[in-house]
Amino acid sequence: MTIEAIQHEIIDEFSMFDDWEERYQYMIDLGKELPLIDDLYKTESNIIKGCQSKVWVHAEMTDDKIIFTADSDAIITKGIIAILIRVFSNQHPKDIIDADTDFIDRIGLKEHLSPTRANGLVSMIKQLKMYAIAYQTQLS
Amino acid sequence: MFKVEDIRKDFPILSRKINGKPLVYFDNAATSQTPQQVIDSIIDYYSNYNANIHRGVHSLSQEATDKYEQARKKIQAHFNAKFSHEIIFTSGTTHGINLVANGFSSLLKQDDEIIVSALEHHSNIVPWQMLCERTGAKLKVIPMNTDGELIISEFDKLLSEKTKLIFVNHISNALGTINPIKYIIEKAHNIGAAVLIDGAQACPHIKPDVQELDVDFYVASAHKMCGPTGVGMLYGKEEWLNKLPPYQGGGEMIAEVTFEKTTYADLPHKFEAGTPNICGGIAFGAALDYMNTVGFDTIATYENDLLQYATKKLLDIDGLKIYGTSKQKTSVISFNLEGIHPYDVGTILDKLGIAVRTGHHCAQPIMDFYKIPGTVRASFAFYNTKAEIDALVEGVKKAKMMLS
Repeated sequence: MTIEAIQHEIIDEFSMFDDWEERYQYMIDLGKELPLIDDLYKTESNIIKGCQSKVWVHAEMTDDKIIFTADSDAIITKGIIAILIRVFSNQHPKDIIDADTDFIDRIGLKEHLSPTRANGLVSMIKQLKMYAIAYQTQLS
Repeated sequence: MFKVEDIRKDFPILSRKINGKPLVYFDNAATSQTPQQVIDSIIDYYSNYNANIHRGVHSLSQEATDKYEQARKKIQAHFNAKFSHEIIFTSGTTHGINLVANGFSSLLKQDDEIIVSALEHHSNIVPWQMLCERTGAKLKVIPMNTDGELIISEFDKLLSEKTKLIFVNHISNALGTINPIKYIIEKAHNIGAAVLIDGAQACPHIKPDVQELDVDFYVASAHKMCGPTGVGMLYGKEEWLNKLPPYQGGGEMIAEVTFEKTTYADLPHKFEAGTPNICGGIAFGAALDYMNTVGFDTIATYENDLLQYATKKLLDIDGLKIYGTSKQKTSVISFNLEGIHPYDVGTILDKLGIAVRTGHHCAQPIMDFYKIPGTVRASFAFYNTKAEIDALVEGVKKAKMMLS
């Protein structure tokens, strides 16, 4: 599935929720389901330093596609990570570089992208794109 | 007679809605809200007498200068300083600390010792570390116990003839502990060391008397005591302020300038280079007027009542742990729910219109001590109510239900 198609799927899912509570409960549940990152990769160098919750991201390339795994010590952050991984993992580097992230706004999670949330999420998206740029350079 | 409903009418922001819910503002330790009286003083300044001060011969400048210097006198009276020139306007507590730390660069030598406490805000740690790097002095730390109190017997052991400076906050921002500063100041003076007290968290709750404390330096921020941001004050004993070199060069702080030599202005102008935050200084004075009208005894009694009520109600929640359990504390409650990250709790509370702070509160050493990533911190002011605390308790219960 393309990044865009996945994003539409997520927007559809979120449109079924009536209020913030249902939306957040869904994210919390996603956070709980997120497969844990291998402890091997929970290193200081894989940490994205947000002010409050810690986020670890690991990337590797298989068949010209990047596989991301990630974790956080806060469950709502983990839920958002789960959504980002669903969108960006297992995709070609170039598609990741070109993808926009407007869908986050459209599923009512815009507030989490504000730098004042200090949850490392903005940095996380930047980091995913950085990995993509790095792998893209290897390919070309 | 103190009526919180009447007080609340003074604060326009308290009638706001956040995420569709009435705002419950419990982040007072980060910044306090502003009463209409202070807002009016800001409007009045820009509407009627905005001018640069001290140098103009025209009437507006004179008027602005008078109001600004009146504000300095209000601050002097509030803190009971001996002279108004012992009050230096700053941009806030951090500025005041840096001004003193910088001044001591030329007064310290290799192997002198500086003592700070384990309860400090980063702004009262980092400038001293930088000072140590510059001078070769060593930083010593007064440890804390699990109640979040300083271990005073350990402080006694740290003192020696090498001790030159001691820096402690009056009240911890992360835990609310009131530190025994009078004892610390007395002990410091016995060995000839100077003491700076960071009063940022104390001044919203109590009225410090710098002469009675016999403190050498005391710093505070207006925005934590119903005033505007970007302005604060440094109190320094005249003899100390005369000893310290100027912090920044510029206009206002000079007596005479030639290319060969500049002589500095007298106190307080020696430390007030450039055009100051004139409006902010005047509004700071208005904020002190406001708080003194409410009355600090009234504030202390009312806030303590809120603290006791909230502590009891929150502790009824299973798995909730409060950090900072000193008997001597102000209306700050730092807590966590077992197994739940404070960031998650804060996010859910925000959705309910409740503003709290989450994280390490710029006091990482305290969080390391308790081995936690941070806490949820609810801090109460005299305009908060028990009904708001009930909303917080219900919010925490909801967060717990959603997150566990």
